[in-house]
Amino acid sequence: MAQTDMIFAGFGGQGIQAAGKLIAYAGILEDKHVSFLPSYGPEMRGGTSNCHVIVSDEPIGSPILNSAAVVMAMNRPSMDKFESYLEPGGILIYDSSLVNREPARKDIKAFGIPATQIASDMGNLAFANIILLGKLIKETGVVSAGSFESGLRKVLPERKHHLIPDEMKALRIGMDY
Amino acid sequence: MRETQMHYCPGCTHGIVHRLIAEVIDELGVEGKTIGVSPVGCAYNNYLYFNCDMVQAAHGRAPAVATGIKRVHPDNVVFTYQGDGDLAAIGTAEIIHAANRGEKITTIFINNAIYGMTSGQMAPTTLIGQVTTTSPFGRKPELHGYPLNVCEMLSTLKGAAYVERVSMHDIKNIRNAKNAIKKAFKVQIAGLGFSIVEVLSSCPTNWGTDPVNALKWIGEKMIPQYPLGNFKGKDLEV
Amino acid sequence: MGEKILMKGNEVIAEAALRAGCRHYFGYPITPQTEIAHYFAKKMPQYGGTFIQAESEVAAMNMVYGAASAGARVMTSSSSPGISLKQEAISYAACAELPAVIVNIMRAGPGLGGILAAQSDYFQATKGGGHGDYRMVVLAPSSVQELYELVVEAFNIADRYRTLCMIMGDGMLGQMMEAVEFKDKEDIYQADKSWAVTGTEMKRDHNIITSIYIDPEVLEKHNLKLQEKYRKIAENETRVEAYNCDGADVIVAAYGTVARIIKNVIKTAEKEGIKVGLIRPITLWPFPAAAFEKYAEVPQAFLTVEMSSGQMVEDVRLAVNGKRPVHFLGRMGGMIPTQKEILEKIREILK
Repeated sequence: MAQTDMIFAGFGGQGIQAAGKLIAYAGILEDKHVSFLPSYGPEMRGGTSNCHVIVSDEPIGSPILNSAAVVMAMNRPSMDKFESYLEPGGILIYDSSLVNREPARKDIKAFGIPATQIASDMGNLAFANIILLGKLIKETGVVSAGSFESGLRKVLPERKHHLIPDEMKALRIGMDY
Repeated sequence: MRETQMHYCPGCTHGIVHRLIAEVIDELGVEGKTIGVSPVGCAYNNYLYFNCDMVQAAHGRAPAVATGIKRVHPDNVVFTYQGDGDLAAIGTAEIIHAANRGEKITTIFINNAIYGMTSGQMAPTTLIGQVTTTSPFGRKPELHGYPLNVCEMLSTLKGAAYVERVSMHDIKNIRNAKNAIKKAFKVQIAGLGFSIVEVLSSCPTNWGTDPVNALKWIGEKMIPQYPLGNFKGKDLEV
Repeated sequence: MGEKILMKGNEVIAEAALRAGCRHYFGYPITPQTEIAHYFAKKMPQYGGTFIQAESEVAAMNMVYGAASAGARVMTSSSSPGISLKQEAISYAACAELPAVIVNIMRAGPGLGGILAAQSDYFQATKGGGHGDYRMVVLAPSSVQELYELVVEAFNIADRYRTLCMIMGDGMLGQMMEAVEFKDKEDIYQADKSWAVTGTEMKRDHNIITSIYIDPEVLEKHNLKLQEKYRKIAENETRVEAYNCDGADVIVAAYGTVARIIKNVIKTAEKEGIKVGLIRPITLWPFPAAAFEKYAEVPQAFLTVEMSSGQMVEDVRLAVNGKRPVHFLGRMGGMIPTQKEILEKIREILK
């Protein structure tokens, strides 16, 4: 696939922007063109948060998406809003611990993972987005797990590098779910 | 000072204040590193009278312009020359914040209780009852508020290191004024913070009087509203 | 060239300015460009530079006036309502011929408006938001990489001509992240700034920076000198990208982020057998009229797409000069034109 259009959405504080940036960074490391467009303004604070991420083999046109091949939804309002953005055959990945409904669309591939529950069991809620990213990487192949790990090393400050093994464990749980 | 004819009205004290500043700059031996900022008002083109580098600023913005200059050349001596319309009306925000940041600049503030260049309108410093072209029945507190005492206000700010009010109405006070201006420049050179000298000045043209009575008016009417003296930094050793 | 880094547009602006030798920044917070100030606040101390959060945009632009008078490479940034406040000092600086860079990361207006992306300050920037006959160079990047390159260029243009140079982006460009590749070393134009106020050192006559000329004959002469400078800038610094224009059925005029949406439209239209061209002004002033003249008789019609009620379209019409119809599609308020509606408009034009 020449270009993958992705929307990440959830509550502020769930690591939505971080998830988008990690995918974008991994894309750069694979020498792909990437763009990351966050929602900004008051909605950043406590409300819903989303970002549009594009990874492409060619220079990217518009960074803003009116439809997407992949949606990662971390809460119900996000799924309600963005399920309709999916192109037919698109991939929906959602946190089934927080989204209390099944996807309405039948023409998409949907994967519900109780990511918040699993992360809570792992002892760190901050891993929920990584678990979902694992599934996203597995189903889309947009970037490799290896690039993702290299991206982590680039993005995280040195003092947080000790978390990387656990982050990668969370990623693999998502990939294998 | 440059060999040129000034444009000020007869009996105006701007010229004297210019001379005092120039003398101070000479005595401190800092002409070569002084940069002045001219206001909007009667003194708008005093950049033609000073021998040092000069920048002409927008109305009221001289303290912001001087901030920009001083931050680029921290070792230079930077002063602003501003009237009461410029400093105490349109430029209130700029002077307060330059003082509050403790910008190492010196402001010479001419208070003649009126707008001179635009022909005698009420200024924030206009006295109660004073007739101007925009307070033709005299300044009334209920309509126009009260005279603004700049030194008293600025002296409450930590960043203001030296604050003094002087007057041009007689020789003794002119001599005091020079000492205050000199000290204000020294405070800047010593890097102690913001310094300002407010100079009570005459405007016979717009006050509708002659030069001698104008000086008398400063002593009798202005000083009771604007008491002379040091408000801050009196004991600074510079 | 170094490695590719993922960076936010606003941060790239600040980083590019530092690389261009800017050591003085004066600003006031306003969304969606405040990250520029954050970046400078953090980095300036390492460079021995000045960062001041001013008491207002009015003061910030006057600090720029002072620092530029003193000969420094200096910058301020804001977003639409804040840029309105800077207009006073912009006009003064234009008259006093001070070089400085101003960044406008546009948001939707009028008034306080909204914080989302818009292009409704085109008139303000290109036709003079302040009073008097002046111009400033207005650069409109469309990607984060181009943002970096044009910020560096803006400082060079400013110094070369003693002019103000504005970077016009929108909230989308300021907030988005893309890969950026910085050069190891920037090409920095070394200007003669013997006109600046630095203190005479008793070695020369005094320098004066002023924007007041009471004598009408002198002021007219000064204006003529400014106009001659603007003519020279127009001759040397006009920048434009013409893409896919030869044999195009419709040529779209768009700048900044909107031009990127058009590139997607071009691909989609191609599948329907419609050839769409794009003329993307990179300098909004000087406006690249020659590119429009060159292609004026190629397409059936022109279409200008903007995030405004129709501002640049006036310059496009002047340049096309009646040779072809010039249509317009605009969204306002922070709404972004979609590929779908642009394509529909193109089909309608060709019908």
